[in-house]
Amino acid sequence: MANHIIDIQNLSKSFGGKKVLDNISFYVRQGEFVTLLGPSGCGKTTILRQIAGFISPDEGCILLDGNDIAQIPPYQRPLNTVFQRYALFPHLDVYDNIAFGLKLKKEPQEEIDKKVRKVLKLVSMSDYEDRDVESLSGGQQQRVAIARALVNQPKVLLLDEPLAALDLKMRKDMQIELKEMHEKLGITFIYVTHDQEEALTLSDTIVVLNEGKIQQIGTPADIYNEPQNSFVADFIGESNILNGRMICDRKVEFIGHEFNCVDEGFGDDVPVDVVIRPEDIYIMNQTEGAQFTAKVKSCTFKGVHYEMYVETENGFELQIQDYNAFAVGSTVGLVIKPQDIQVMKKERVCNTFDGTVVDDSHVCFLGEDFECRVPAGLQSGAEVKVQVPFDKIELLDYQEDGALAGEVHFLLYKGDHYHLEIKTDDDDRLWVDTNDIWDKGDLVGISIAADDIKVIA
Amino acid sequence: MKKFFAQAYVWLLLLLLYAPLIFIAIFSFTQSKVMGNWAGFTFDVYKNFFTGNFQGSSALYAALLNTLLIAVVSALVATIMGTLAAISFYNLRGRKKNVLMFVNNIPMINPDIITGVSLFLLFVFLGISKGYLTVILAHISFCTPYVVLSVMPRLTQMNPNIYWAAMDLGATPGQALRKVLIPQLFPGMLSGFILAFTMSLDDFAVTFFTQGTIGLETLSTYIYNDARKNGLTLELRPLMTLIFAFVLIVLLVINLRSAKQARNNKK
Repeated sequence: MANHIIDIQNLSKSFGGKKVLDNISFYVRQGEFVTLLGPSGCGKTTILRQIAGFISPDEGCILLDGNDIAQIPPYQRPLNTVFQRYALFPHLDVYDNIAFGLKLKKEPQEEIDKKVRKVLKLVSMSDYEDRDVESLSGGQQQRVAIARALVNQPKVLLLDEPLAALDLKMRKDMQIELKEMHEKLGITFIYVTHDQEEALTLSDTIVVLNEGKIQQIGTPADIYNEPQNSFVADFIGESNILNGRMICDRKVEFIGHEFNCVDEGFGDDVPVDVVIRPEDIYIMNQTEGAQFTAKVKSCTFKGVHYEMYVETENGFELQIQDYNAFAVGSTVGLVIKPQDIQVMKKERVCNTFDGTVVDDSHVCFLGEDFECRVPAGLQSGAEVKVQVPFDKIELLDYQEDGALAGEVHFLLYKGDHYHLEIKTDDDDRLWVDTNDIWDKGDLVGISIAADDIKVIA
Repeated sequence: MKKFFAQAYVWLLLLLLYAPLIFIAIFSFTQSKVMGNWAGFTFDVYKNFFTGNFQGSSALYAALLNTLLIAVVSALVATIMGTLAAISFYNLRGRKKNVLMFVNNIPMINPDIITGVSLFLLFVFLGISKGYLTVILAHISFCTPYVVLSVMPRLTQMNPNIYWAAMDLGATPGQALRKVLIPQLFPGMLSGFILAFTMSLDDFAVTFFTQGTIGLETLSTYIYNDARKNGLTLELRPLMTLIFAFVLIVLLVINLRSAKQARNNKK
């Protein structure tokens, strides 16, 4: 605990009955660069605003140097924020924007002058003191915003997607500068972004968030090389995510082949998810010495590398990145090394719902009555578990055709099929394996055949 | 040819719009009691207006002073109330905000005569004796929605984070309001003030129903009574001409300034 400058414990927050943060806990070490990373709406900005004091948490606490800061208003917290789209004061010039905090603290004029000059030099904006902030370019405004926060010498600097409004080249330059500033000043940075590449470049530690929950905390290398679930694997970088089976320790089977790997402790004959980064598949023209073969289906030049999609002889599609191009239609040999195979525990192997028996041929779950085979001896009203395999749920184009209506919430390509997460209108979730192509946000009807519903007492 | 007709149409329209004003301005330079009879060019009417050398001059001066006093006070109060209301509407979300903005807009569409009568009845019901207080309260009530409407766009254009940025840098909510929010909203507040001021200045119907019987007259009610009794005192002509000239100059200055600003921004 000694060097934790910020300790977030069991933070929860709801807006209008919708839970946006669910039991968030993590800590930030003195001088660390921590990034909160996730898609929009994952709650990352809400966490930052709670640390800054603009929103108060429903539950949980935020410790700064070991003291709960819940009761301290934002203007008394020794933290400063760099806002999305800068939020400079348009009626003040560069100097007055930066001096705003110092003037409020009633520091002597010569002291303010000295500090403003110093921080302007730090962000290489020395000659801009008298400029109107609205006449500055986006990159320059961003520098002023950073200077305005840093001049107050905060214990922690909070940055809310500071580079999102800049163009790609400017963003890359600013990333390097931010990193240098962090190293030079030794101030703790908490950085919010949805850009995974930015997070990997800048951070000491990344906290990956989705739907108000922490998915994984780790160093950039950990997060990239050893994602803990399919969301993280899919969100960070490109990846092939495949269904697999752990045969025994250090042996895993997927795409119809057996591979050596370095993972242990999953148990024998256990279904798992396997992640292989596209750059970790070795591709060659000859097939001898290869672990398996495939046909090249497409090959696209991406600047530094070529991106290829290949199809194995048993119908799995894989994405591969290589410096060399391979002709479309040619047969190639492929090798995957044991340390490049990342095995993840499956989050679920089957849809499982709580249900109640309605009569001897119907069970109610997900708020609807479904026809199914009810085991003998179960009374109406009895509570049961209902299982439906992923591939036995049928999705329909029209919501009204299904027993239930839902929306495609998340999708994952698994080499030979799609794994979809469907959110029903009542906010229940179910998972579906399908060969059909759906997009995120598609509205679907959900139908389940009576024979595919397994009722367990 | 087509162009000629289009231009002629515009000039005709402008002429029709400005003819009455020009008419009054011209006849403010003659002594003739009846408008239309030219009795020779003279500045005498202006001289009389400024020296008070005409019948009912003190009543006119009092009405003029009342008008300005009521307009300044009610526009000031309306600006403060309207700005605060706009800020709180802005901070609401969704349905509530729409409903409140709708409620805000109704008094502006509502005919003045109805506003006047209903205020009259309200003051009678509350037992407030009519005079300055009731006129000013009435003017505040119909001016405030205009201020809300002119401050709102400034708020929606503003980056909402600048208020939080001020707090983040150590400003208390009061300081953030004074040092950041108000300066940001000031142009909207100013145009709201001017709008409220002119609305109050030329209001007749509402004033008529709330002025009571203590002899409180504003310019509009004075002119109304004067027209009925004396067929418009001669010295009202220079007054109207001067008010029009003043408004014209103010508008010119504002337009020239904003044109200059636009040029500067381009640079």
